[in-house]
Amino acid sequence: MVKMTESTYRIQGGTGEWEVVIGLEVHAQITSKSKLFSGASTEFGAEPNTQVSLVDAAMPGMLPTLNGECVRQAVRTGLAINAQINKYSRFDRKNCFYADLPQGYQISQLYHPIVGEGVIQISLDEKDPDAHGKAIGVERIHIEQDAGKLMHDQHPTMSYVDLNRCGVALMEIVSKPDMTSPKEAAAYVRKLRSILRYVGSCDGNMEQGSMRADVNVSVRKPGGELGTRTETKNVNSMRFIQAVIEYEAQRQVDLIEDGGEVVQETRLFDPDRNETRSMRSKEDAHDYRYFPDPDLLPLELEDDFIFDCKASLPELPDEKRARYKNVLGLSAYNAAVLTAEHETALWFEELLETTDKPEEIASSAANWVTSELFGALNRLGLGIENSPVSPAQAAELLGLIADGTISGKIAKQVFEIMLETGDGARKIVEEQGLKQESDTGAIEKVIAEVMAANEDKVAQYRDGKDKLFGFFVGQTMKAMQGKANPQVVNELLKKTLG
Amino acid sequence: MTAIFEMGIAGIRSGIADGDFTAKEVAETFIARVSAAKPLNAFLVETPEHALAAAEATDKAKAAGETLGKMAGVPIGMKDLFCTQGVETTAASGILKGFVPQYESTVSSNLFQAGAGMLGKLNLDQFAMGSSNETSAFGNVISPWRRNDGGNSDLTPGGSSGGSAAVVSGRIAPAATGTDTGGSIRQPAAFTGITGFKPTYGRCSRWGTIAFASSLDQAGPMAHDVRDCAIMLGSMAGFDAKDSTSLDLPVPDWEAALSSNLAGKKIGIPKEYRVENMPAEIDALWEKGIEMLKDAGATIVDVSLPHTKYALPAYYIIAPAEASSNLSRYDGVRYGLRDLPDGAGLQDMYAATREAGFGPEVKRRIMIGTYVLSAGYYDAYYTQAQKVRTLISQDFDKAWNSCDLLLTPTAPSAAFGLGEKMDDPLAMYLNDVFTVPSSLAGLPAMSVPAGIDGKGLPLGLQIIGKALDEQSVFNAGLAIEERAGFVAKPEQWW
Repeated sequence: MVKMTESTYRIQGGTGEWEVVIGLEVHAQITSKSKLFSGASTEFGAEPNTQVSLVDAAMPGMLPTLNGECVRQAVRTGLAINAQINKYSRFDRKNCFYADLPQGYQISQLYHPIVGEGVIQISLDEKDPDAHGKAIGVERIHIEQDAGKLMHDQHPTMSYVDLNRCGVALMEIVSKPDMTSPKEAAAYVRKLRSILRYVGSCDGNMEQGSMRADVNVSVRKPGGELGTRTETKNVNSMRFIQAVIEYEAQRQVDLIEDGGEVVQETRLFDPDRNETRSMRSKEDAHDYRYFPDPDLLPLELEDDFIFDCKASLPELPDEKRARYKNVLGLSAYNAAVLTAEHETALWFEELLETTDKPEEIASSAANWVTSELFGALNRLGLGIENSPVSPAQAAELLGLIADGTISGKIAKQVFEIMLETGDGARKIVEEQGLKQESDTGAIEKVIAEVMAANEDKVAQYRDGKDKLFGFFVGQTMKAMQGKANPQVVNELLKKTLG
Repeated sequence: MTAIFEMGIAGIRSGIADGDFTAKEVAETFIARVSAAKPLNAFLVETPEHALAAAEATDKAKAAGETLGKMAGVPIGMKDLFCTQGVETTAASGILKGFVPQYESTVSSNLFQAGAGMLGKLNLDQFAMGSSNETSAFGNVISPWRRNDGGNSDLTPGGSSGGSAAVVSGRIAPAATGTDTGGSIRQPAAFTGITGFKPTYGRCSRWGTIAFASSLDQAGPMAHDVRDCAIMLGSMAGFDAKDSTSLDLPVPDWEAALSSNLAGKKIGIPKEYRVENMPAEIDALWEKGIEMLKDAGATIVDVSLPHTKYALPAYYIIAPAEASSNLSRYDGVRYGLRDLPDGAGLQDMYAATREAGFGPEVKRRIMIGTYVLSAGYYDAYYTQAQKVRTLISQDFDKAWNSCDLLLTPTAPSAAFGLGEKMDDPLAMYLNDVFTVPSSLAGLPAMSVPAGIDGKGLPLGLQIIGKALDEQSVFNAGLAIEERAGFVAKPEQWW
């Protein structure tokens, strides 16, 4: 049984409560045109074995040469989480025979990683991140090669291998065991993904395998000694990460309470059955025979290089959220939602920049983006980067509301037409005659007609049935096909009805 | 005039330049020599068409009045550790039988750029692992040399560059490429009375050279004399961005700066190289070498390299460790041999392929290497060996405070008979005792022929220099060469 309180996650066992301890090793594909040690392309979705260099195929006599862009991206990522950048790092070989690993070893960094300890701030409540924050430690980030892919469905008795991914650069981002609930783990991965996308060091695309996690889980009595952990490999969605933690924590508690012992082992997640299965235990764990790769020199970074990496970082999500709140005056919720994804923030900022008075329009623009635009994109199944309405077009629409040309209600109608036709707001308003009527004379005339047609209701209102006010507003708006300025209608109705 | 086949690089070069003969005549001469040398089993592949094409290009360039490359018109032998585009490359291993690279190694490519042609691919110890050429999967090379005892027993040309040593000493090729990991250029050069040079680690690119032990492997020339080695190394060396350990430095013109005047040079004699049971003839040769260098103007100083005795054990940990990993790629999946028994899975295929494809010495080193890198043994072996390696480098650094070069014997014996040491790997490993320390330290070193033993077999002396100071090594080698008057040649029995 899982009991959730606001801040603690506990497994309720027969012997009392259990606490869950979670650490994540996230493998993030580094954004770069070519692989970590070869010039082959990294583009996703190419025909099998079309992006394989002599080095990737481990032909005799081939040597790795380090792709400097991958180093730069790893350093930028480290700086983005305020981590120690190690000016001296080194590559090691992790030896293992596997068909998708042509060299017979993976080049990784065991002993001297490029990035040391850092920290990632997560929030457990999107509506008010500052009130429910937690700092999760990052132990290290190192760079390594990805493996190829086996294909088992091409031949009745043989497996085929596709080496396109082989040698693609990965960052392994290792957290400290600082998370204590599935929700925290999800928040950590979400925040990490956001930072990586801001930095531009990884596209964070979990469906394409650009980001996947090894999930380390152990249980203990609250505050007690750390328990034995299991590691569930290659979990490739936020939902699955949470499922793994829930399943593993419960399994471990049941095991211990039944008198058993948790074995340190590697496990695999089966999404169809929503469970984890043992892959190999510590006893038959591979002996990877790590040793420094003699084909590569130690990597030594200059201060200038690190400085340039730092200077190239964009405003990061936490800073941006603070600025939206404190400078632009947005609500905590809007600030959080608009900064979670870099694309959203960029879109929003582009919108503000196309207006003359960004500060004045910021709050209403934020509300419009988080409600109207998000609603529409959600309906259309589109990301903001593919929005049919551009930030400039949105600014034009918001401008028409602000200067009273159209009402908020008409704006919704105009926005729908913009989504369908791609036309500008002003053009739609003019062509379809949707301009708001603010002329008091015209409105007064209609109000008089409405009152004349509903004398009984006028009497009831005047007898104190205040609720009828809305009825008169509705009738007036209806008679004017919604084009009347609602504020003017309200004022005139109040005056006329007395 | 000297017969063309007796000529080395410099002789061929000036003969072509002076119009004494054409490059084509040179190529044809050596192609015929190669063809007639089959009993030595030195060539794994013959490529007469390659040598002829390069010769024709040289003759054409000369006719057109173009400046000729430094190796123009010189047909060389290529150790079969260098990948050659379109020409089978096996490292003398069954596991690479039939492998034809689609690429040219940087070293062979540099030599071809300089105008050299290729007579063929030369036999070697399998994956360069061996000191007698007997670990080749395609049969051992037989040295052109024989003892003067009338016994006619077949001798080893040394190893691993045994094919290279055999063809150069037998005047079957004017020069050949070699590679040296722990002495694989120098020991065979000493055994066959030729000159072999291992440059500073990083001078020659390793790209396209089949790896044995990456932190030690260096290519170098094997030729008739010091001048030829200087010319050829100049054409092999150079920075290569495709090899991260390649030195980004200009290549000096070693040939132009050759000088046997050693005035002002101090030569160190390391006492630790006086090993037990060393034949008296080698000791005497060493003394002779000292006198020759003195005669050339050098001062002799005694030096100590205290960690020398740990060099061989450290080498036989580091080299196999790297080899065990470097050779993992030969798995039957993408190229070379694949042994797929009926109903076999992936692991079975690996096992069957590697069982069938690797020779016993290669397997032995893979197992040693795997063992020393294993969890629980890594620190005791690999880490310790790396520390020893550092101490050995420091020994040399300290020696350089009192001298500029070191003089030692190249090998502890003359060439031995084929089969004599195959049953005793440790005795075989002892062949490298004088060459391994400078390999571990990445220093330039060469072997020059300096005398003949009582059985008529050549003996070599080794000169070791400071990192990047190939010039001083060449110069001291030249001083010995001029004074040793080494003219012995194997009699042609094949």
